[in-house]
Amino acid sequence: MKQVHFFLLSALTLSLTLVGCGSNVKLNEVAVEDRSGAATAASPTLAPAAAPVAAAPVPAGRAVAPVEIRSADSAGAGPAGVARVIYFDYDSFTVRSEFQSAVDAHSRFLTSNKVRKIAIEGHTDERGGREYNLALGQKRAEAVRRSMTLLGVAESQIEAVSLGEEKPAQTGSTEEAYARNRRAELNYR
Amino acid sequence: MQYSWTARTDNVKNDLSSANFERRFALKAISAGGLLGVTAMPAWAQFRVEVSGVGVTQLPIALPLFAGEAQAPQKISAILRADLERSGMFRAVDAEGLKADENTRFDTAIWRQRGADSVATGSVTLLADGRFDVRVRLWDVVRSQDLGGQSHVVSAADLRLAAHRVADFIHEKLTREKGVFATRIAYVTKSGTRFNLWVADSDGESAQSALISPEPIISPSWSPTGAQLAYVSFESRKPVIYSHDVASGKRRLLANFKGSNSAPAWSPDGRHLLATLSRDGGSQIYSMDVNGSEPRRLTQSSSIDTEPTYTPDGQNIYFVSDRGGAPQIYKMAANGSNPQRVTFSGNYNISPALSPDGRWLAYISRIGGAFKLHVMDLASGVTNAITDTSADENPSFAPNSRLILYATQQQGREALMTSTLDGKVKARLTGAVGDIREPDWGPFTR
Repeated sequence: MKQVHFFLLSALTLSLTLVGCGSNVKLNEVAVEDRSGAATAASPTLAPAAAPVAAAPVPAGRAVAPVEIRSADSAGAGPAGVARVIYFDYDSFTVRSEFQSAVDAHSRFLTSNKVRKIAIEGHTDERGGREYNLALGQKRAEAVRRSMTLLGVAESQIEAVSLGEEKPAQTGSTEEAYARNRRAELNYR
Repeated sequence: MQYSWTARTDNVKNDLSSANFERRFALKAISAGGLLGVTAMPAWAQFRVEVSGVGVTQLPIALPLFAGEAQAPQKISAILRADLERSGMFRAVDAEGLKADENTRFDTAIWRQRGADSVATGSVTLLADGRFDVRVRLWDVVRSQDLGGQSHVVSAADLRLAAHRVADFIHEKLTREKGVFATRIAYVTKSGTRFNLWVADSDGESAQSALISPEPIISPSWSPTGAQLAYVSFESRKPVIYSHDVASGKRRLLANFKGSNSAPAWSPDGRHLLATLSRDGGSQIYSMDVNGSEPRRLTQSSSIDTEPTYTPDGQNIYFVSDRGGAPQIYKMAANGSNPQRVTFSGNYNISPALSPDGRWLAYISRIGGAFKLHVMDLASGVTNAITDTSADENPSFAPNSRLILYATQQQGREALMTSTLDGKVKARLTGAVGDIREPDWGPFTR
């Protein structure tokens, strides 16, 4: 849905400077100074709902033009039957031995399919700051990337990125959810 | 003391038995009259200002109802009151039953009896063209002095803005410092699987959507002119940095290098952007020309370096690094030289924000599993935790350096708060529906 109605929310902004003070004047003799004269502008709009988007002129003031993003395409196929999620211990950035066989299988797939590319997405649990968690997720993705390059995968086939705490596999503030979320996901493009 | 000012009653209740000073008032949104009550303020809008601690010095001001405001879509005097009280500099005194507008001649003794040092009187008038004329006059009732008046002719949609400008006028007249009420903030909400970047008034209201995305948006950062927002968007399934002209909706990809691109921060002159990139493996801080240039790497560590922010003079950069084994705040010269550690207490200090006057550092410190907003006086190094919440995030300063905006959780829900630097006056902002986070306070734009 387009946020059409936000165009209506602002018609004009007046540049209003502070009015100089006039002191020591009888209370009812002071005219209120009108500072609105400079602002001509936009017709006042009280009408609700649907004004056409194109017709709405963008005033120089506080209007905000909304933008809407569509969903991106989903991932492509990789080697069949190989785990695509690698879990990490708390505060850890090393690939546990139990996941080494999965890393090996993905590496073999990539070295024998040089045109295929993979995104390694690092994730953290929800605790802590979003930006710092993004950097921690990056460390997890980099750990997997290093393992794969050591196994001969070309750097050009791998992109290590982080989604930090932003895309939890499981919501909730439990130890179980945290453990499910400390992970790296391998997605073929 | 508790004042309760709700949609059901305008009576002011004083509960002196409560030790916790709390002033609460729900604005009568679109009730009485209501013929023009269409857009700007939703019915659930509620301000809440908490005053805690002793020794809070506040200017007592009377804010009687503006003449005609019962027929206007916005309750001007209530918006004024919320603004002024949120600043921590003012205390609204009981004006119940006293009627006045900007032309009224009145007896200052009546206001003195109520404990007011100043009074703002005014009116809201519907003009023939459908706009409203908001008029105000400010009085010093101690010295029986007229401090000046203003008139703002605005559309119904801009009535709240007019109220904020009146609040700024009062703030500046009485404190000799600029008010920040007519400035804007940005924040992000998550509602279901929908992320929304909003631009709102400084009280979180009148929110306008700048960006809607099925993927997360984090770290919005206002450009020094207030025209652009830089932010991190995950719309391409990785973090990339956009700058976004909020008036036109025009977006520009500022950083989409291999790996992650995050933590944008503008230089004070608006010509450079700092960002955390992982293009060389590992999260490091880079500087980029806003008009496009090869990023220049500023940090050279094998650790995490992120969350950069310029000092207001542009000479130095504060940032977070775990080079010492745990995340701490450091500072370095703008060219990356001479890094020095700034925080020494605790083992998790992140999200540095510097006040525009250069005197204060706000940051988040983890203490026993709780994330708490701290404020450091940079001259003395004295640091205080200023909240009693435990999930504080993302502080940013008001452009007059008097308030801090941050995200936290209250009663299990995400919330935006403002606080004075001493933590004594806090207000919860309402804003748009959904989980609310990632606030950033915009600059003065006048």
